Amino acid sequence: MQSLQHKAAELLGSNRASVVIGYAEGSDGRVRPHFARTNDDAKALVWDQRCKQNLAVYLTKHEIKEMGPAAIIASPAVVRTIVQMASEQQFVRSFPITLVVDNDQVTELNDGPSLEAFATSHPVLFPSHVTKEVEDLAAMSVADRFAFWQEEFSRCFKCYACRSACPLCYCTKCITESNQPQWVTVAPHALGNFEWHLNRAMHLAGRCIQCGSCTLACPAGIPIALLTIEASNIVQREFGYQPGIKADAPAALSSFRVEDKEAFIR
Amino acid sequence: MTSTTYTLTHDNLNALLRALVAAGKQLHAPQRVGPKVFFKPVNDAATIVFDYVQTAESPKSLLFPKAEFLVSYRQNSEGMVVTDHLQKEIPEMILFGSRPCDAAALSRFVQFFADGHADAMVTQRRRALTIISMSCIASDPACFCTSCGSSPGDTTGSDLLLTPISNGRYLVDVVTEKGQSLVAANEALFEQAPTIVKDSYLATVEAVFTPEEITKRLATSFNDPIWKNASLRCIGCGACAYVCPTCSCFTIEDEGNDRTGDRLRCWDSCAFALFTVHTTGHNPRPTQTERWRQRVMHKFSYLPETNHFLGCVGCGRCSRACPADMNLKEQIIAIAELLPAIG
Repeated sequence: MQSLQHKAAELLGSNRASVVIGYAEGSDGRVRPHFARTNDDAKALVWDQRCKQNLAVYLTKHEIKEMGPAAIIASPAVVRTIVQMASEQQFVRSFPITLVVDNDQVTELNDGPSLEAFATSHPVLFPSHVTKEVEDLAAMSVADRFAFWQEEFSRCFKCYACRSACPLCYCTKCITESNQPQWVTVAPHALGNFEWHLNRAMHLAGRCIQCGSCTLACPAGIPIALLTIEASNIVQREFGYQPGIKADAPAALSSFRVEDKEAFIR
Repeated sequence: MTSTTYTLTHDNLNALLRALVAAGKQLHAPQRVGPKVFFKPVNDAATIVFDYVQTAESPKSLLFPKAEFLVSYRQNSEGMVVTDHLQKEIPEMILFGSRPCDAAALSRFVQFFADGHADAMVTQRRRALTIISMSCIASDPACFCTSCGSSPGDTTGSDLLLTPISNGRYLVDVVTEKGQSLVAANEALFEQAPTIVKDSYLATVEAVFTPEEITKRLATSFNDPIWKNASLRCIGCGACAYVCPTCSCFTIEDEGNDRTGDRLRCWDSCAFALFTVHTTGHNPRPTQTERWRQRVMHKFSYLPETNHFLGCVGCGRCSRACPADMNLKEQIIAIAELLPAIG
């Protein structure tokens, strides 16, 4: 923890970063996002098992961007997010200074190759019950799976915490906010909720790096990540594409390969 | 109205809840879904839970559904059939297990919708609703009801208030005539109460600020730099507003085409950028700074000034639900400390 605080203070002191995005102690044993801009701020930084919410979501936030160059304390999920965002041209001039912590050793990852190498060697680990839930859902009949999601979505009131907590939901205008034409039914009734979550899952298919922040954020306790995790699994299986590994990879669902195994597309 | 009191055993309470379900009443009560507790329609009284500090979602949807049909039209061979959902009769509903802060919130909610032109949907639904609340014998660090004009044993807004006392019994405060008739209809289950001091059974929630002082301090805070720092970690979702028992903002949505369609009232939140964006593209609340300020100001400054009640009951749901740990209680205390005191 101390080496992390020192590193943050050093980055701020040398003006290489104007803000270090990390975590600090929050309320009642929780941690909360913290934006260190001074030496004192840096002393509040913490890093442990509780730091799960994906901080990369702040890299595209207006108020953070206008502070100047940012450094970010990154879990393997955040590193993959940054690689994926890079492949989607979200960092125009340079990558954020990405700090990874291992055994109180802080390492800077500042370019595509070092981020890619870390992402490749550090899989995103979600709790084992999630893997099982994904498998259980895939094994269900279509009718049972539909019933499962119908029950889960019945609690959705469209607060969009799933979208807000997702660093890859960075669109300044979301499809659900378009009303000419109206693509997604706005009301949080059964149809509207299905339309929203299926649209989001499709938009994240082959992009979701499986950090689970949407599930963590959901106030209604809906395991939303199961949708995008499975969608990404399908894309990996069918197209051999894994998001968050190559900073210059073409997007799985909007690129074309001459050697595609499907004949109809040629 | 002076409240009369009874006692009720836990077994008799269960008998009452079972009888209500058996009589076909729409009973909404706390039930577990995963690790969280929600108010849900009860089919089997055995699924009702009692060991929770607070439900994840407030009971406001009983007065203000998240998606409420207002008008529908359907074309058939005879012509266009228009349904005004206002004319539909609202079935009798019973809410069980709401906390005193929830009931206090719903009474402010009803008052808000009754000011000026009364909202027919909300007032009709409140008329159809009987509220049986449960006093708090436990609280958690997110709770701050006593700073917001309520308390763990507050009877405001409830029709009946149950307080767990010793030996698996409840003290029953009969608060309204509606509550009295529910007791009368199930008289055999209730016993006349000896004099019982309820306070010793209640949770202790320390008061951490006085709302009048906060309202005063906020009056000159609109352009204060505190809002920017306070809102930095806010990710701009509507979780706080949607779990809040007093947040009442809505949007009107039209669905359908020239032959069939519906007009609905749906929840909306001031945390969303879209909430205030104009057709020109201009947004008077362009960043989360202005949106977070609006949330705090509406509850602690505007509503006290215009409607004479606080827009917060300190239930703590927003703080528990916030993915970014915004913690409203902490923020209000910080406002009390940071903003200059004024006369």
